[in-house]
Amino acid sequence: MSFENKIALVTGASRGIGASIADTLGAEGATVIGTATSAAGAEKISARFKEKNIAGEGMVLNVTDADSVAQLLKDVQEKFGAPTILVNNAGITKDNLLMRMSDEEWFDVINTNLSAIFRLSKGCLRGMMKARWGRIINISSVVGQMGNAGQTNYASTKAGVSGFARSLAKEVGSRNITVNAVAPGFIDTDMTEVLTDEQKNTMLSAIPLGRLGLPEEIAKVVKFLASDDSSYITGETLHVNGGMYMS
Amino acid sequence: MSSIEERVKKIVAEQLGVKEEEVKNEASFVEDLGADSLDTVELVMALEEEFETEIPDEEAEKITTVQLAIDYINENLA
Repeated sequence: MSFENKIALVTGASRGIGASIADTLGAEGATVIGTATSAAGAEKISARFKEKNIAGEGMVLNVTDADSVAQLLKDVQEKFGAPTILVNNAGITKDNLLMRMSDEEWFDVINTNLSAIFRLSKGCLRGMMKARWGRIINISSVVGQMGNAGQTNYASTKAGVSGFARSLAKEVGSRNITVNAVAPGFIDTDMTEVLTDEQKNTMLSAIPLGRLGLPEEIAKVVKFLASDDSSYITGETLHVNGGMYMS
Repeated sequence: MSSIEERVKKIVAEQLGVKEEEVKNEASFVEDLGADSLDTVELVMALEEEFETEIPDEEAEKITTVQLAIDYINENLA
């Protein structure tokens, strides 16, 4: 168990990639705090952890609300201690052609996917600096590199989290804190469920491995970046996309 | 109970990895004690914890020498 005595905070852990990341870190012995936007979601996470014998619990967090972030960090600190592994996973899409995109669609996505990373990373850094060890992992997307029609907002945030990782990596490297990003391709989750069969088929033809990825295939890479096995990797974006985009 | 001056100097020495006798009152964290910008942020964090207070960013920026740190604590906490 490589994560004994480590406290990991994973945002957006009720389903999809986030749930898989939380469970994977938990299975390796980390105490995991998984966040969800609703109390019901948080309870579901707690129940799942209990069933899988994972230490930690689900907590409510609205990543777009500074007060909610402050409250969460205070609660986590009091109950478990300071997290030294932060996985910024929570994300949303509000797709539209730019010509039709409303201010709301733009700013909601920026706030949830990008500004939240600023708030949470800032909030967790003090504990990591004191521990002289820390891991921040931002979930990006292949779309941040390739672009995608209808996703100017989403793609901007996903390119943004990689740039954020590179800059923060330079700031805190001397304290043995690494900051990286993982850029998934098309993963079989609720987020890609909404695509039509035709869209999926077009996508599959562009993926050398010929299939969608599984959430666990992202979680394993996050686990690697959270572990000591990746101690000399920082500021990097790891692409996990079945070959659909090669950087 | 050590004086505020002694407590501040002890923290500066610990945080910046210098000997306590090098921590003179007029010493500048950056120029004399070799601190980088992140060191000065950490130093303020350590002072906040030692004296159980919160130092606002605009005040923290002005604390550039050992004496200024002692003065700040004396003025705001004594």
